[in-house]
Amino acid sequence: MNTLAHGEASSYRSFLESGDRKGILAWILSTDHKRIGILYLACMVSLFFVAVIIGVLMRIEQLSTSHHIFPPAIYNAFFTVHGVIMIFMFVLPGASAVFGNFFLPIMIGARDVSFPRLNLMSWYFFIVGALVVIASLFTGDGPPDAGWTFYVPFSLRTGTNIPLGVFGVFLLGFSSILTGINFITTVHRMRAPGMTWHHMPLFVWATYATAWVQVLATPIIGVTLLLVIAERIFGIGVFDPAKGGDPVLYQHLFWIYSHPAVYIMILPAMGAITEVIPTFAHRTIFGYRAIAYSSIGIAGLGSLVWGHHMFTSGMGNAANLMFSLFTFLVAVPSAIKVFNWTATLYKGSIEVKPPMLFALTFVFLFSIGGLTGLIQGALNVNVHLHDTYWIVGHFHYVMFGGTGMGFFAALLHWFPKMFGKMYNERVAAISWFPIFIGFNMLYGGMLVLGYLGMPRRYYTHLPQYSTGHLIASIGGFIMAIGLVLFFANLVVALFKGKKAESNPWGGVTLEWHTPSPPPLENFEEIPVIKDRPYIFNPETAQ
Amino acid sequence: MSTAPAHAHPVHKDYQGAKFGMWLFLFTEILLFGGLFLLYSIYRSMYPIDFHNGGKHLNVIIGVANTVILLTSSLTVAVAITAIQKGNKKLTLACLGVTIVFALMFLANKYIEWSAEIRHGIYPNGPELLKMPNGEKIFYGLYYSMTGLHGLHVLAGIIALLITLDFVRRDKITGTDFNKLENVGLYWHLVDVIWIFLLPLLYLAA
Repeated sequence: MNTLAHGEASSYRSFLESGDRKGILAWILSTDHKRIGILYLACMVSLFFVAVIIGVLMRIEQLSTSHHIFPPAIYNAFFTVHGVIMIFMFVLPGASAVFGNFFLPIMIGARDVSFPRLNLMSWYFFIVGALVVIASLFTGDGPPDAGWTFYVPFSLRTGTNIPLGVFGVFLLGFSSILTGINFITTVHRMRAPGMTWHHMPLFVWATYATAWVQVLATPIIGVTLLLVIAERIFGIGVFDPAKGGDPVLYQHLFWIYSHPAVYIMILPAMGAITEVIPTFAHRTIFGYRAIAYSSIGIAGLGSLVWGHHMFTSGMGNAANLMFSLFTFLVAVPSAIKVFNWTATLYKGSIEVKPPMLFALTFVFLFSIGGLTGLIQGALNVNVHLHDTYWIVGHFHYVMFGGTGMGFFAALLHWFPKMFGKMYNERVAAISWFPIFIGFNMLYGGMLVLGYLGMPRRYYTHLPQYSTGHLIASIGGFIMAIGLVLFFANLVVALFKGKKAESNPWGGVTLEWHTPSPPPLENFEEIPVIKDRPYIFNPETAQ
Repeated sequence: MSTAPAHAHPVHKDYQGAKFGMWLFLFTEILLFGGLFLLYSIYRSMYPIDFHNGGKHLNVIIGVANTVILLTSSLTVAVAITAIQKGNKKLTLACLGVTIVFALMFLANKYIEWSAEIRHGIYPNGPELLKMPNGEKIFYGLYYSMTGLHGLHVLAGIIALLITLDFVRRDKITGTDFNKLENVGLYWHLVDVIWIFLLPLLYLAA
């Protein structure tokens, strides 16, 4: 990108050194998009580890069929809380709230988002929502146990503290909507001169498409959750079969949001991968427009496939057929991205540094996740696979193998820029091994278990599944070790890391033209963009 | 919603951006109610006769009165916006005050209406409602959810209007900088528009 050469400014104050306030107030009262991004990062990584620990406890419970460490009710609470934290507090807002906040304004040459104060308010909604969900575990009549989907009529009949937990999720949704509004407006209004739509980096495109889904889909879950609360407190009867309500309608409303939400989760991670791959292949992205428009295509088509979660709910053959068809269609834009990433690598000068390692892992694991998705998208097979460990394996391949690995790749890619510190690349690469091997043992094992008929959400299993569960559990423990190593390396780097250069990877998008970490207002002068992004070799590119 | 970054940079106000953001927010509000409208349409086609009978018990006079009140309050907000553009602060304050009074009248009517129904035992899990057929239970479940959620929006609108009134009083909103007032006006019109759909769906269903 031909911009003003910024270079390493001799004397500048980074955003970490700027501001009037000291200590924690400098963070929780700051409207700087970069600080807000880091606030999200700190909260999310903490919550992520809480959910990881719960996941490990579930794997411990599944080690044996005769000795039960946790009673069934606690196990039910485990998978509910694990799901709620992972989905609503890490995977869903993750890449968008952290890296979107930090890098979206910089990548379009802006000083901040359109509504900085609203941005901070979104974070408060997030943190209050998270605290309310956590409070629901310790108050009322026991922690929520209905699964992260809160299906009626069980969520109405169970005596546990569903209303408070659901209200926390409602607040998290509000945070997501406000962030979405902010990002859409920012992309429309704050682009630097010359930053036309087709000059925007692809991470911006992906975050932009995500923001639209956040704005258009989240209100539906908002009202649905409010109705569940009203149902529990007042008994309005809308979802209660005893009063003529239809529980399947709840499923429709839930998935009208929650399927597009899957794309809220994956799109920003795909965007991040699209930044990492050309940077480490030192080659311009292949099929810029195809990748950009496929983000929009995913956002659009992804809104029409929610019924594939409900093939066995009895909603009717015509609906089943249509939803199955659209499910196959939505695979097309995702595949377009995978092909374009692969084509970008072709004849590139590939350097497999840690960010690239995780980016390539994303492509591999996400492809498995996507292909298993097609298998269960077929109506007849779905009847067999519905509500089994296959489904659990599939969505972990997509959510963790996709979004999670994308998040890790993005974190390794942008960590030097965000904090101005360099982590130990060797340790980062070493941590990849346990993560990758453990991951495939755990979730690959789940795919096999599910195919053999192991139902999901059971606190124990029949003896014939013991070997599979043992392999999965061991994989889970190995992966947990890798995750600890991965994050410990970054925490050490925060305090003891070498100073990072402004452009350690040879990236070309705008964020690499600022010093590391960037100054408070990102740019001394707003850059003027003259060309498309990802031009690594200006002489040959012309 | 603010457009001014809190930095010590020359204050940058992007009115078009602020309005754009407001419109996006209004979309989300429509979708929020959209979930309820969707449920309404499905249940109405499932229980057409019960919805017809349910609508008969509602107080059409109060419903229509509230419609007139809200429509008029939309007018006063619109006048307030025009008045501030012409620099007439007094008229703006007066119009905003009248809007708030109308909004309070709306909620008072709502209170009278709901109390009467609750006295008759028609409320979720109420003794009379439990005797009614399932379709009517759903109808009243939706009635309370939709008007309740709308009532909360009226309440939020009152708070927003009060803050705006204070801004005008302290000259934070002026003839050259009236973007906040315009956005609150947009929100208030939305509250009005949603009510215009609620009236026929609930009160005139019979």
